[in-house]
Amino acid sequence: MLLKRFLPLVAFAALVLLLVRGLALDPTALPSARVGQPLPEFDLQVLGGEYRRSAGQWHGKPALLNVWATWCFSCRVEHPYLLDLAESGVTIYGLNYKDDPAKALTWLEELGNPYAETVVDIDGDFGFDLGVYGAPETYVIDAAGTVQYRHVGVVDERVWTEQLAPFFGGGS
Amino acid sequence: MKLFRWLLLSVALCSAVAWGVIETYEFSSPALEARYKALSQELRCPKCQNQNIADSNAPISRDLRAIVHEKLETGATDSEIIDFLVDRYGEFVRYRPGLDRNTLWLWSAPLILLLMAMAVVLLQIRRDRASAMSPVQEARAEALRQKFQDEGSQ
Repeated sequence: MLLKRFLPLVAFAALVLLLVRGLALDPTALPSARVGQPLPEFDLQVLGGEYRRSAGQWHGKPALLNVWATWCFSCRVEHPYLLDLAESGVTIYGLNYKDDPAKALTWLEELGNPYAETVVDIDGDFGFDLGVYGAPETYVIDAAGTVQYRHVGVVDERVWTEQLAPFFGGGS
Repeated sequence: MKLFRWLLLSVALCSAVAWGVIETYEFSSPALEARYKALSQELRCPKCQNQNIADSNAPISRDLRAIVHEKLETGATDSEIIDFLVDRYGEFVRYRPGLDRNTLWLWSAPLILLLMAMAVVLLQIRRDRASAMSPVQEARAEALRQKFQDEGSQ
């Protein structure tokens, strides 16, 4: 009978726990559908170069693939940190997403270039195949060319240490 | 009357603006157009998470609408189009997600709740039956009721 009396309280407590956990979840966190799959095929012009790149040519070591554009305000915010990362030896490839290549080149000249290489995706076709829905987005690509992780939004020190660095053997 | 005319005008202007956001597509048949409408209502914008791609004017929604239009015109089936988008953006883009490990609870919850409700009702009925009076008790209760009624009317 004691159990019966406390049943509503127990049920209420369970509900509260469930809801509190729900509050802690980030509803905008959206795992990429490409995680665990090879980087989609592409064949794109390299920014500032006369040659093209395809997916396979980036294999060999883990790298970040950063989706950016000059129209993207947050990209300007994360840019200095990407420079720091590149400085510390992390390979970062750039995907210039739906942008004007001329503006993109000016941007890199003015702000510095953290990218080992940037490919130009004017129509956003490669971005679409990758499941990009805005900029900035940053993907972790492992040595075999498999997408391991996607971070939507600005990469900063915290995002790097907590989410991205583990894919690079724990530290930068 | 003048006020009414102004109201009408402002309403007309507002709706022109609202419609101007979303581009229109030409379809080769009304059937395709109907399927386009249905699909764009059912697909969710990955960026603005509580809108379908028909209502959203986010760039990504515009892209998705263009893809849906293009795929429809090249003869893709609805499920091919949905699969194509799910491959890239995940189950998230569907407002009616398919049945998998993650959505099992979602889909089975109504059935589970229905069964629970039925169990409660059945238990209640059984309890009512158990506490029902036997014919003898019934007769005595009736007699008592009669007695009090008689006393009350005196």
